[in-house]
Amino acid sequence: MSFSISLTVNGTRRTITLDDPRVTLLDLLRERLQLPGTKKGCDRGQCGACTVIVDGRRINSCLALAVSLDGAEVLTIEGVARGDQLHPVQAAFIAHDGLQCGFCTPGQIMSAIGLIEEGQAGDDPERIREGMSGNLCRCGAYAGITEAVRDATATMTTTSQRRSA
Amino acid sequence: MKTFDYVRPASIADAVAAATAPGASYLAAGTNLLDLMKGGIARPNRLVDITRLPGLDRIEHLDDGSVRIGALVRNATLAHDPEFAKHFPAVTEALLSGASAQLRNAATVGGNLMQRTRCSYFYDPASACNKRNTGAGCDAREGENRMHAVLGWSDACIATHPSDFCVPLAALDAVVEIAGQGGRREVALENFHRLPGDTPERDSVLEPGELIVAVRLPAAARAFVSHARYVKLRERTSYAFAVVSAAACLTIENGTIRDARLALGGVAAKPWRAREAEEALTGAHPDAAAYRWAAEAALCGAKPSGDNGFKVALAQRIIVRALTLAAAGTPARMPALPASLFSSAAGVQHV
Repeated sequence: MSFSISLTVNGTRRTITLDDPRVTLLDLLRERLQLPGTKKGCDRGQCGACTVIVDGRRINSCLALAVSLDGAEVLTIEGVARGDQLHPVQAAFIAHDGLQCGFCTPGQIMSAIGLIEEGQAGDDPERIREGMSGNLCRCGAYAGITEAVRDATATMTTTSQRRSA
Repeated sequence: MKTFDYVRPASIADAVAAATAPGASYLAAGTNLLDLMKGGIARPNRLVDITRLPGLDRIEHLDDGSVRIGALVRNATLAHDPEFAKHFPAVTEALLSGASAQLRNAATVGGNLMQRTRCSYFYDPASACNKRNTGAGCDAREGENRMHAVLGWSDACIATHPSDFCVPLAALDAVVEIAGQGGRREVALENFHRLPGDTPERDSVLEPGELIVAVRLPAAARAFVSHARYVKLRERTSYAFAVVSAAACLTIENGTIRDARLALGGVAAKPWRAREAEEALTGAHPDAAAYRWAAEAALCGAKPSGDNGFKVALAQRIIVRALTLAAAGTPARMPALPASLFSSAAGVQHV
């Protein structure tokens, strides 16, 4: 039995035929839609490497069945920059050395974008660490990650204030 | 993962009909179910996707002061509902202390109640587990069992229920609304999860095909708003299940505890309402002696199920801490580390 679903991925609407209902959003992105930026770490919702934003919320794409997300809007790491202009969170991760090997970084960045949108942490490092606790970094770049999120939060707040002014 | 049929019904009646068949399982966010399916622990032959059922994603603040939470409301949505947080702060604190932000964004209220135990032997298909495989035995009894139950366990199963959310719900007399083939029924959350006895494979009182449609908190639960806390001890500061936890809710008048609610997490196969402790607290002066007396009452029936005798003393200490914090007052702002004893707000830096 096959299932036809529609997803808007990084702004582009895609109609996808699934020949198996077991496909997770993570595997769909990586194996079918040629978007391997989203990483498969634990594949069990424990590491956060697979974090993407679905309908405005950051989630673990390894624990979401693609067929159940019919109609959803998905934002992945491939969709956050504007051409050569990095997203403020991407730029902040580079500026603050928020990575070493880089494997967890797409998930960290998507999670940070989600965290900033949620607006619960502000510039409090403890709230940022708590809000990012679903993303593990085996290299231990947490200090830089926390600083990157603080910096990007400030940048994005200033930008949105300038826009609304 | 074993393959399965996938159906996406449009009505509750169709969903119940589709899920009554043997081997069928409801799918909401799937944050626990998919994990279990990937490990071969859950092997449903049909998934009934309930995510499109109408009317189950609302938080209804009713005129009588109660709140009705649809089964498909996301954990994060409920935790960040200002009206809900204003009246039921211990529930909000418990929600925010559970899982990670990504999981809270996906996981649903109904799914939280339906979580299965995190006993590592249940999760390991190579181990004997009566909950996973009726009559197979229990490797946890002679295994690594320091995280296991100290209350309400049986020789068949010593696993614990992992939910934080359910702990204050049990304390505050929440009610579960259930739809089934015979119509609707309601069960007190305190009675929704089962103790293992001889049938540990059954986690809850749900019959085949029955579906949680909502969870209600009565208006009376709002009385505790000024003195309501959830405290959770974990083996790391964030994103971990409770070793032990406690929801403590008090009303204090003229220096006396007028009413008390207390429930424990991480100690049994269900959220554990400590009614003996509530009785001990009622009418008492809110001080350390009363809290210690209540803590002893709450654990008087406790018995280690293995290398977990420490959990009895730990649970008593967590009760004293939760009651002390509740009596001091609900914080004006949610602590940076919800439910943690290591928050900088308490004067202790966690790093």
